[in-house]
Amino acid sequence: MLGAAGLAAAETAVRTPAFFEPVAEPAGMILDYGSLLVATCLGIFIVVMGLLIFTIIRFRASSADDGLEPPQVYGSDQLELAWTIVPVLLVVVLGLVTAGRIVAIQRDTAPEGSLSVRVVGHQWWWELEYPGYGFTTANELHLPVDRTAFLELESQDVIHSFWLPQLSGKTDLIPNRRNVLWIEPKETGMVVGQCAEYCGTQHAHMLLRVFVHEPDEFERWAQEQQRQARTAPGVEEGRALFARTACVNCHTVRGVSEIGRFGPDLTHLMSRTTLAAGAATNDRANLVDWITDPNHIKPGARMPAMKLSEREIGLVAGYLASLD
Amino acid sequence: MSASSTPGNPSLTGGAGATFAGSIHEWVTTVDHKRLGLLYIGSGLLFFLIGGVEAALMRAQLAMPGNELLEPQEFNRLFTMHGTTMVFLVGMPIITGFGNYLIPLMIGARDMAFPRLNAWGFWMFLFGGLVLYMSYFASMGLYGAGTAPDVGWFAYAPLSGRAFSRGNATDYWVLGIMISGFGSISGAVNMIATTITMRCRGMTMGRLPLFVWMMLVVSFLILLALPVLTAAQVMLLFDRFLGAHFFDTQAGGDAVLWQHFFWFFGHPEVYILMIPGFAYASEIIPVFSRKVIFGYSFMVAATIAIGLVAVGVWAHHMFTVGMGRGLNIWFAVITMVVGIPTGIKLFNWIATMYGGKIQMKTPMLFCIGFLGQFLVAGLSGILLSGAPLNWQLSDSYFVVAHFHFVLIGGLLFTIFAALYYWFPKVTGLMLSEKLGRWHFWLFFVGFHVTFTTMHVQGILGMPRRIYTYPGDRGWAIWNFISSAGVVFQMAGVLCFLAAVVLAFKRPRRAGPDPWNAWTLEWSTSSPPPAYNFLTLPEVRSRRPLWDLKHPHDPDWEHE
Amino acid sequence: MTAAQALPMEGSSWNRGRVGMACLIFGESTFFSIFVVAYLFYLGKSLSGPQPQDVLEFPLVATVCLLSSSLTVVWGVRALAAGRRWQAGLGLALTVGLGASFIGATALEWSRLIFQQGLAIDTNLFGTTFYSLVGFHAAHVILGLMMLSGIGVGVAAGKVTAQHAERVEIVSWYWHFVDAVWLVVLTTVYVVGV
Ligand code: HEA
Ligand code: HEA
Ligand code: HEC
Ligand code: CUA
Ligand SMILES: [Cu+2]
Repeated sequence: MLGAAGLAAAETAVRTPAFFEPVAEPAGMILDYGSLLVATCLGIFIVVMGLLIFTIIRFRASSADDGLEPPQVYGSDQLELAWTIVPVLLVVVLGLVTAGRIVAIQRDTAPEGSLSVRVVGHQWWWELEYPGYGFTTANELHLPVDRTAFLELESQDVIHSFWLPQLSGKTDLIPNRRNVLWIEPKETGMVVGQCAEYCGTQHAHMLLRVFVHEPDEFERWAQEQQRQARTAPGVEEGRALFARTACVNCHTVRGVSEIGRFGPDLTHLMSRTTLAAGAATNDRANLVDWITDPNHIKPGARMPAMKLSEREIGLVAGYLASLD
Repeated sequence: MSASSTPGNPSLTGGAGATFAGSIHEWVTTVDHKRLGLLYIGSGLLFFLIGGVEAALMRAQLAMPGNELLEPQEFNRLFTMHGTTMVFLVGMPIITGFGNYLIPLMIGARDMAFPRLNAWGFWMFLFGGLVLYMSYFASMGLYGAGTAPDVGWFAYAPLSGRAFSRGNATDYWVLGIMISGFGSISGAVNMIATTITMRCRGMTMGRLPLFVWMMLVVSFLILLALPVLTAAQVMLLFDRFLGAHFFDTQAGGDAVLWQHFFWFFGHPEVYILMIPGFAYASEIIPVFSRKVIFGYSFMVAATIAIGLVAVGVWAHHMFTVGMGRGLNIWFAVITMVVGIPTGIKLFNWIATMYGGKIQMKTPMLFCIGFLGQFLVAGLSGILLSGAPLNWQLSDSYFVVAHFHFVLIGGLLFTIFAALYYWFPKVTGLMLSEKLGRWHFWLFFVGFHVTFTTMHVQGILGMPRRIYTYPGDRGWAIWNFISSAGVVFQMAGVLCFLAAVVLAFKRPRRAGPDPWNAWTLEWSTSSPPPAYNFLTLPEVRSRRPLWDLKHPHDPDWEHE
Repeated sequence: MTAAQALPMEGSSWNRGRVGMACLIFGESTFFSIFVVAYLFYLGKSLSGPQPQDVLEFPLVATVCLLSSSLTVVWGVRALAAGRRWQAGLGLALTVGLGASFIGATALEWSRLIFQQGLAIDTNLFGTTFYSLVGFHAAHVILGLMMLSGIGVGVAAGKVTAQHAERVEIVSWYWHFVDAVWLVVLTTVYVVGV
């Protein structure tokens, strides 16, 4: 489908979001813990499976059976005790390790000097606000490397879940509640993730990208984002059309109209690599396609087809394409 | 009391002279525990085929990235209906059916304690199932926002509320499940009353077959858990119809409260489904190992322990909602504790086989498959219960792999074992060993191809409940393999159906006791007469038929 | 059921009716617990509208009626077992009367809350949880009343006699249960909640 084809063509190569290739804390800490847990369970598996297979092979009735019943063994308290005590010990150890890890990872308050980001889940896109910088963007999170980002997670409608396996575990975004999550990226580059709690029709297309930059690069990006929307020459007609139609009821373009809150902020639309939470690559053709009928790219999306004429769509798309 | 009008054997094929309409009438009005048991199992199997077809459609859609076979809404409906069907309309009726059929026979009684309540329970269950499926036809609702429910089998608030689920589809989900729940509750009341008050002479609690013990624990869990779901669903209905605000987040309601309620039901529910599987295994493994069950009293104690602990672990489904550290630690640790009694059971089964003479008949094959697969499933459960790791794995395909391993690798395999094991008792006819083997191997291979690979998708970061995924995430090949396995599973199921048909087409008589077994149901004819036993038996040990067969070395000298 | 089928276990007085009723009560208790939990959970969380302490009055009369009806039903059942038909009928009639007064009191309370205080089920979280909890309890009272009235009519007609005493006693358990639930509801809603 469009989304898939589009993404493959994106300039930034997508890495499989496997949590065993962490590029940040706490994903690294979780991996350490997980490895321990997996090793323990693997050990149990080998012992018990070995026992089972041995028993099956060794005690399979032979074809030359004498027809007599084998000796009846009714039980053994020693054995029962043994296979109670050993698991108890295992559970005690695992329990302590787990408790320690939970305490180490879960944080309620922002550490000193962290970057604060507010993430609001919507059906089916992410609103990303940088309160320290005073701007809002969508669907693509930018973070500086080696600095803790402290995320506040909220939801506008139903429950969503914020999940970037290579950065951290998932945490839900729940209406009426405020959850928090911290991430300390250790490498630059892009990682992908997506909404992990079923949130309705387009749960599958609530994708998320995170770009981790060198600090100065991040500051540059943030300054760009702080700017009001560009008034590029040659798209006046498109801009006027955009401001006149219902678009502005749902979308904010800082400097043009700031009432729309229902849809993503479009002020710097062109700074994003994808459209509609990763449903399509952000290029001119897809933009036109999207404005013509969002359902074509993302069936069920909460944006209506605006029934503009082909010319008008071209103008609006031209305007949006100037918002870098 | 026994209102079944057929004297002697209520033959399944319909006795000579019985008209078709007459036999339908008999089945519809029956209050005989055996017929109701069969009705439960039969309708459960029919729903299994439907749920399986739904699963196959989902796998077809997911076989390739960006596939456009299904619309997103269609897919969302499919997993909702699939999960709901498999849990409430396949698992629940089949376990109730076996309980119904076997408990009176095993404790030497002539019927259940409340035969009419029993019939009522079955028809409520079936009606509930039909209500759920009516949604496909009847719930167009507001501007066609209807047809089948699409809120997932746990219908999280507020997605299931009026604001986000328009139309009536979700109401069909609520009502269907609630009504079939009344059936389960009445079945549980019946099983408890039967076990406590209807045992034959000498059948003390300490001599109950493990099957009956485990069903007793299950029944208590049902009484504890299902009313919780009913209550939560009533609240949801009040929200949807009366404008109440239980789970209405816009009026201060709490979305997480629904999760607490649902999983306070939901976690006991998974043990309600699994313990009957343990029950079948506990009857079948000894017989085909030719050895008495190892550590009877420890098995009983472990079952009760699982039942007790199962009540306190529900929020391990909620590690990602942002509970405090204390709660996360509690639920992680207590969940791991469940592994201890479960391990005791596993070890006792292996010890039962150890030193025996294991006969690889079809029921035993399925039980052995169950032992290995349940081990994996349990350990993947332990991985999920480690909260920090759960933050990565929750709501991913790893979870899907975990619960299909328990539900199929554990429960469904034991159900198949039980079907092959008790089929001769129920019909008086043997199922083909050859087709049974084909069934086992095809299903075994298909199962592992489909679900063992799903662990990988989860570890590679694929969330569950997505109708499509981009091709560049490295998930495509694994999904394709997963989907391919379904073909084998289907072939396996077809072998089973063929075996059943063949058993009637080319009957091979089974006789009362084809497996040389030890519990009371094998002492009466196959199929058992309407009144079960000519004279009510008297027992002196846990294996009354062993005592008969080995008068020089009876069990009671060892217990 | 023939005597041979129902071989009583040694030393057990639990017959299937008693076990069945005990199970029903167990299941119903879990059902009610959930509504109690929801009530307590949402205490003080309403965003608007009347709060419990603004509008609730301690339902003294209703409580006295309901609790004393537990005594009259015991009296009636004992009388029935002893074959004193008129006493049994009177006991049941009194019970039904007291239960009906309880329902009447609830009806008055609700109409006051709805029409004077403007508290309905969709007003706020308090309304939602209050009407559900109290309403489900009242529904159970009504169910109990229907069973007891049926038996009462049977006694009056001479159809229900001493030999049915045990079954009537089992039904009376249900009535006691409904009473016990009221104590919990009372504590939750009118003591803890205000
Ligand atoms: C038959 C059903 C069944 C059974 C028996 C189990 C058994 C267990 N389950 Fe599972 N589970 C489900 C059905 C079941 N589960 C379903 C349906 C879901 C998903 C619901 C949904 O979201 O849709 C789920 C989800 C689920 C989750 C939540 C995942 C998530 O969504 O984030 C967790 C987390 O803790 C979990 C854990 C466990 C554990 C620890 C056990 C334990 O009982 C396992 C115990 C067994 C063993 C451990 C193996 C044998 C023991 C030994 C060999 C002894 C030595 C071992 C040790 C000392 C560790 N399960
Ligand atoms: C007992 C429970 C049970 C069983 C047996 C199964 C069986 C199967 N399940 Fe299911 N599953 C669940 C319980 C179960 N499942 C639950 C609870 C969920 C969660 C739902 C949710 O998220 O809300 C789930 C979700 C679920 C998903 C995840 C969907 C998602 O998250 O997007 C998938 C995906 O592959 C899946 C696949 C399968 C497959 C391939 C089978 C196969 O094993 C099925 C094999 C059977 C057949 C193929 C049928 C045989 C049919 C024939 C032989 C044809 C004859 C036909 C006629 C005569 C009409 N299941
Ligand atoms: C009713 C509200 C509404 C109106 C009116 C509306 N939109 Fe949207 N728009 C949305 C929503 C909601 C989304 C996010 C959809 C998604 O990702 O699922 C969106 C997404 C977009 C996007 C993609 C943004 C991104 O960051 O990926 C563009 C571009 C867009 N809209 C342009 C327009 C234009 C142009 C118009 C007017 C012609 C318009 N919208 C009118 C609600 C609206
Ligand atoms: Cu948002 Cu799923
Ligand atoms: Cu669970």
